[in-house]
Amino acid sequence: MNLRCCFAAVGALILLGTSGATWATPPDSSPVVIRNATILTVTKGTIERGSILIKDGKIAEVGPSVKAPKDATVIDAEGKFVVPGIIDCHSHIAIDGSVNEGSISVSSIANTAEVLNSDDIDIYRDLAGGVTTANILHGSANSIGGQTVVIKLRWGQPASKLPFEDALPGIKFALGENPKRSNFSLPGQPKRYPATRMGVEETIRAAFTEARDYKNAWDTYRKKVAGGDKNAPAPRRDLRLEPLVEVLEGKRYVHSHCYREDEILMLIRVAKEFGFKVRTFQHILEGYKVADELAAAGIGASTFSDWWAYKVEAYDAIPYNAALMTRRGVVVSINSDDAEEATHLNQEAAKSMKFGGLTHDEALKLITINPAIQLGIDKRVGSIEVGKDADLVVYDRDPLSAYAVVQKTLVDGRVLFDRDKDLAGRAALEKEKKDLLAKEKAAAKKAGETKPDEKPKPPSGDDAEASANGGVQ
Amino acid sequence: MSDRFLYRATLVVAACSYAALLASAQTPQAATTYAITHAKIFTLAGSAIDDGTVVIKDGKIAAVGASVEVPTGAQVIDGKGLQVYPGLFDAVTQMGLSEIGAVSATVDSSETGNFNPDVVAATAVSPSSEHIPVTRASGITEVLAVPASGGFDSSGGRAILGGQASAFSLAGWTMDDMQIKRSVAMVINFPTIVTRSFDLATLSRKERPYAEAKLEYEKNLNELTDWIERARHYAQAIGHGGPSDFERDVKLEALAPVVRGQLPVLVFADRARDIRNAVEFCDKQKLKMILAGGSEAYKVKDLLRSKNVPVILRPVLTLPVDEDDPYDRLLNQPAELTEAGVKFALGSFDNSFARRLGQNAANAAAHGLSQDDALKSVTLYPAQILGLADQVGTLEPGKLANIIVTSGDPLELTTELKYLFIRGQLTSTDNRHKRLFEKYSGRPNP
Repeated sequence: MNLRCCFAAVGALILLGTSGATWATPPDSSPVVIRNATILTVTKGTIERGSILIKDGKIAEVGPSVKAPKDATVIDAEGKFVVPGIIDCHSHIAIDGSVNEGSISVSSIANTAEVLNSDDIDIYRDLAGGVTTANILHGSANSIGGQTVVIKLRWGQPASKLPFEDALPGIKFALGENPKRSNFSLPGQPKRYPATRMGVEETIRAAFTEARDYKNAWDTYRKKVAGGDKNAPAPRRDLRLEPLVEVLEGKRYVHSHCYREDEILMLIRVAKEFGFKVRTFQHILEGYKVADELAAAGIGASTFSDWWAYKVEAYDAIPYNAALMTRRGVVVSINSDDAEEATHLNQEAAKSMKFGGLTHDEALKLITINPAIQLGIDKRVGSIEVGKDADLVVYDRDPLSAYAVVQKTLVDGRVLFDRDKDLAGRAALEKEKKDLLAKEKAAAKKAGETKPDEKPKPPSGDDAEASANGGVQ
Repeated sequence: MSDRFLYRATLVVAACSYAALLASAQTPQAATTYAITHAKIFTLAGSAIDDGTVVIKDGKIAAVGASVEVPTGAQVIDGKGLQVYPGLFDAVTQMGLSEIGAVSATVDSSETGNFNPDVVAATAVSPSSEHIPVTRASGITEVLAVPASGGFDSSGGRAILGGQASAFSLAGWTMDDMQIKRSVAMVINFPTIVTRSFDLATLSRKERPYAEAKLEYEKNLNELTDWIERARHYAQAIGHGGPSDFERDVKLEALAPVVRGQLPVLVFADRARDIRNAVEFCDKQKLKMILAGGSEAYKVKDLLRSKNVPVILRPVLTLPVDEDDPYDRLLNQPAELTEAGVKFALGSFDNSFARRLGQNAANAAAHGLSQDDALKSVTLYPAQILGLADQVGTLEPGKLANIIVTSGDPLELTTELKYLFIRGQLTSTDNRHKRLFEKYSGRPNP
């Protein structure tokens, strides 16, 4: 057993340890009641010193007082704030390995849903930041990228339980510098088509022209079969075009990475030509320049709070983007695109109050009901209303503050992150890790004694640390 | 008479917009004396003054207190309901050295080669960088520009001897105007044992044996040692004769103040082992060490305290180093270091993210750090650590008038910056972002 394996085992045990305390309580069906909280419902105003009753993972009652059954688990939220679970409309957590199938310009065959990793520690870290739902996107190396999936952060559940049941699947598109590989050309490597924004448009049009023909071929075939023609030959299946046909049929959402105003309008045009709709534009840092066009087309915008200047197409990015688009009637969300950024999306949303003057309610919508609308899951999540999923976050103060700290995060009515328990469990985990390391060391020593020629001397102390972590990168 | 003048001056300011005030400040007959009156003043050199006055004259703070007289002719700013603080100090940035991360023509933050002690950040800081007005609008009034310090999307090299970091105020026509100190510290990216890397030629992760990585580490460390020892001999030689007596070496000359203990070394290291190695090295070579980065400083806090090594921490809004670290490992660190008696400051370690400095300090305060220490970690402490506390960091007479007047806690996300003074001048908070916002807000509705 090498050291890396040992560390993986330690990691796994720690993961079990962290969540072991929270999985069991409360069980799915047992009711939970949150009392004495300032409840920011997002869609129905604020309830001071209110209560929420949760039954079967759903919100059963909300109000100044609720009738809780005797066996209900009580969470006293005196002095605390409860908000709907945060929805991150652009995430790459829980993906096993690389997010980019970057070898080809149309990589619609790839699917993030098939490589979900439920052990990714970033699921737990983002839960600790109040995120309960995330749109798991393919990378942006391709004009038409891979298929995408919306997940709930059901930490502790297997990968098969992560996908959000009612959410439509999506597909990632990308425009601008990334698909044209502006910042990624390497000496000696041949250029990949497309290398211009003109080529990006052509790539998308060509793919949808094929997809339309492919759809027609299948429609014709199905018509023939329905008409009794048992000998009609079926068209050959094309896994690359199938997701695009789903886009044409409105069964799959398009989430398109973009920056510049011109490319945003380009994709709106192309989509119109082929009769599909772009569901969200992602990043969309120049969205404020074409806010009216976005509002008219009814396309959602999912953007960063204040990232800028990391490349040319991000040089006109402004922290007022979310507010300006909101004022012009666009449904806007603030996303993370990053496991760390996701841990403080509440703070990132708050910046839109300073930059552009959104109200407290409007700012909170950027990370709750708006991304829910964008992902077509607003009937189930995004606000605190009776009948909706009990995905809730308890903060120690107003969440739109840099001082707010998440105390508890509930998904489907279950507490999957509890700060008190996390803090209380640390000493035991530390000890467990130490014991395991000592045991591993002893085992390695013993192995070294029995087979002196085969085993190299195990590195000690710091060296073990370095080897296991691969050193600082 | 002076009372009447004061009353009128106050009225005038109250009636004026900030823009009008600025316009009057930018005329040739600009007032060089300002008084901010009736504000709550956080001097950070004592307890807060509930209703006080700050007098600014000739670029410096002339007086601060509860019963300070307003000089005749001073431009008066009514600070009722407002709060006054020293401007924030971002202790590690690439400010002015990098404009657009992905465009190498606009990036001057990392020189090639491993040993460049004679390069100086101030030489390449562009006073026209759009980052400067954007950053100062967030209440940051001075920064340290640090060569070879990476940054978001940086692809530049990380030289072992990276050059000299420069401190400057975020307003002025030229670097000569802005400069606080040209050479503040010598950058060392301390050699590390790296087994994993990313191979750009094949776009794949590469791994190599530990022994091989360690060999390279030792080679780098030997080279660094050699540089320092040669510099020591060189410094002795300079001490014993004029430059005509020997062949000049500009690189060794740049290291002379380092080996003499006059110029501190700003040593970048994050892992506990690397920090330990760096402390041991600086101790042995008698270098005045400031640690930068310090993700695992908490693991060696006793060592840092006993050797009196201060730390400039990277943003606390950073994920933990290891998978099995507590999720809030970096958020808790400032409080833990304070308790252990380790001196620290916070830096953005970036350029476009510099404006998150206050947000980071607030997050540290939300995880156990006192509000007072959080404020000082982005004002007084960086000034002290970098040896600039005689010029910036608090509101005290004689210091540079780098001052912010705010609607409240400067670390909070929604606080507004009402007035900004840099080098004693009322300074515009206008910037590229605000201009674009105003331009497109004015786009006619369809």
